[in-house]
Amino acid sequence: MFNMTNYKLRAVIMALAGLAILFASGCSVTPKPDPNIAYEAPRHKLEDTLKETVKYEVDVYDPLEGFNRRAYTFNYYFDKFLFLPIVKTYEFITPDYVEDRVSSFVDNVFEFNNFTNNLLQLKFKQTGITLARFVVNTTVGVAGLWDPATHWSMPRQAEDFGQTLGHYGVGNGPYLVLPIFGPSNLRDTTGLVTDSVAFSLAGPPAWVDDDTTTLVFNGVAAVDTRHRQDFRYYRTGSPFEYDMIRMLYTSKRKIEIAK
Amino acid sequence: MSKKRIPILWALICLLLFSVSSVGAYNYPFDDRYVATVLSTPAEYAEVLPAEVPVKIETINMFPERKVPGILWNLEEMRYSYIKQDGPAPLIFLIAGTGASFNSAKMQIMQKAFYRAGYHVVSITSPTHPNFIVAASTSGVPGHLEEDSADLYRVMQSIWKKLEKKIEVTDFNLTGYSLGAAQSAFIAKIDEQEKAFNFRKVLLINPPVSLYNSVLILDEMLEHNIPGGVDNFSAFYNRLIDAFSDTYARGQDVQFNDQFLYKTYEHRKPTSDDPLEALIGLDFRISSANMVFTSDVLTKAGYVVPKNLVLKRHDRVTDYSKVLTRLSFLDYFRGLFMPHFQAIDPGLTEVDMIKRTSLRQIEDYLRNSSKFGLIHNEDDIIMLPGEVDYLRGVFGSRAQIFPHGGHCGNMGYPDNIAAMVGFFTNAKN
Repeated sequence: MFNMTNYKLRAVIMALAGLAILFASGCSVTPKPDPNIAYEAPRHKLEDTLKETVKYEVDVYDPLEGFNRRAYTFNYYFDKFLFLPIVKTYEFITPDYVEDRVSSFVDNVFEFNNFTNNLLQLKFKQTGITLARFVVNTTVGVAGLWDPATHWSMPRQAEDFGQTLGHYGVGNGPYLVLPIFGPSNLRDTTGLVTDSVAFSLAGPPAWVDDDTTTLVFNGVAAVDTRHRQDFRYYRTGSPFEYDMIRMLYTSKRKIEIAK
Repeated sequence: MSKKRIPILWALICLLLFSVSSVGAYNYPFDDRYVATVLSTPAEYAEVLPAEVPVKIETINMFPERKVPGILWNLEEMRYSYIKQDGPAPLIFLIAGTGASFNSAKMQIMQKAFYRAGYHVVSITSPTHPNFIVAASTSGVPGHLEEDSADLYRVMQSIWKKLEKKIEVTDFNLTGYSLGAAQSAFIAKIDEQEKAFNFRKVLLINPPVSLYNSVLILDEMLEHNIPGGVDNFSAFYNRLIDAFSDTYARGQDVQFNDQFLYKTYEHRKPTSDDPLEALIGLDFRISSANMVFTSDVLTKAGYVVPKNLVLKRHDRVTDYSKVLTRLSFLDYFRGLFMPHFQAIDPGLTEVDMIKRTSLRQIEDYLRNSSKFGLIHNEDDIIMLPGEVDYLRGVFGSRAQIFPHGGHCGNMGYPDNIAAMVGFFTNAKN
């Protein structure tokens, strides 16, 4: 869901992720019918209604569903008790105008990933636009606090390494709900890790080469990213929310890769 | 008169004629009832409402003793919202439409409009929403207009009990849209007896006349408009995703919201209404699936889940969603709803029930009570031919019927906001 790269911060995340895995361990996937109980057949049985020849969009390859459903709940609690209170405090003390400048600044720093991934997909026009955006926004846009490039017909060319892999035909792989980061799949998780490593080794953190600056930036980027997302776990009230989000995430990535 | 002046005079006359003819003109952008229903009122045509209002979200549980199965764990407390004015002011209750929460897009429009007009605003989730079913429905079997309205009335009283120390109220008012409008009518009737609120004014926005008729229309919209039927949903869905990809390629961020849908519509105008009807039917089918599953699990009805299978918090339920999206609301009516109420009253027939879940049931009251107002659309998609005219007959001069807007599509349009708020603020009798 967002990029964090600094090692200290990553250690904290790993610890929390470990916690989430503990929380999620011992998971069963399908409700196992108890062999000692005779289940009364419902009025509409699965086997009478569902057809093998029909493709159901809500079916997404999800062999780790037991883990994923628990990670989903973990994220709900993580949001509720830690992340969202921080985001709300940030929103309370920061004027909207400043929030927008922060978002612009964060986006500009992450143009690095858009640049590398457009290049890797041999999208030269988009790579050029991304480079031009970075130059314009860093100079005219005062270190990226404003985004004049968009108004000058150079819109943001969002690409990540998950999309690059998809572009070259790599499939989704198993669906994953990452602790803290949220819905993903094996391809996109690989992309996320690759992007973060590339970003910290060759991107702006390497250019600045100052741990404290990078740490502060990562913290700000994390809060800014969550601030910009309306999504709240279990807000739909649907008992099928997990299934719906899984389907929509998969479709959203398909759309993003198709571009 | 010199010749030079004549063109100016003509221009003036034309201007005058134009301004006269434009009085009463209604310029809501979509003449197509299905387009209106799907796209509502895009931001560029909508009334400009306050971006943020001081909404407080709280929870309530009407049945704290109720044992709720693990799979419904996050629905035990029902969320609602209120917005408080400084000092004394009238209060208005808002009731959401089918499957919608207190916080749906349409509810937010109403909240902002009434808060701006000086009202305390309390927003309540629809009895057909899973959260209401678990935390506030007496039977756990939604769709019974009288019973759901009585549940709503109790919820309103409980909420008011919690708020009365914080809020100074001059009088109580009530409105709702779609199913929430039909329920508002029944709530007002209950209040005539119980007098907890003595509503000053009650506004019904796009109510169905007969729930049964409207539900049948919506059921068919999905089944008749996907080429090859619901089993070919996958192909339909993928065409939709293709259209979305196109929108994304044109520079819109992928967000499954109204604006994204509107942009997609602009780029790829469908050649017929079929896909729009299918989308409306799909939206209704998904709300129904959520509702029926919740009811089935909560009441152990044995409808799609075996009666004695207890679903836990993290159990896989995807297959039930697949079954339920293949079943119609009529299936629910016959397979879960009627059996539940017939178990209580064996003499109850389908025909009785269809009669009771209709505004015709309380026609005399609606005809004679001066507190009511109606806002509706001539081309509302959930109405059978004649039903809008029936309402026009019942409400007479208290009805305001717009020529376009489909089902609630024009609620955010400036004329509609003015009509909605004006009903409460203009008549000070």
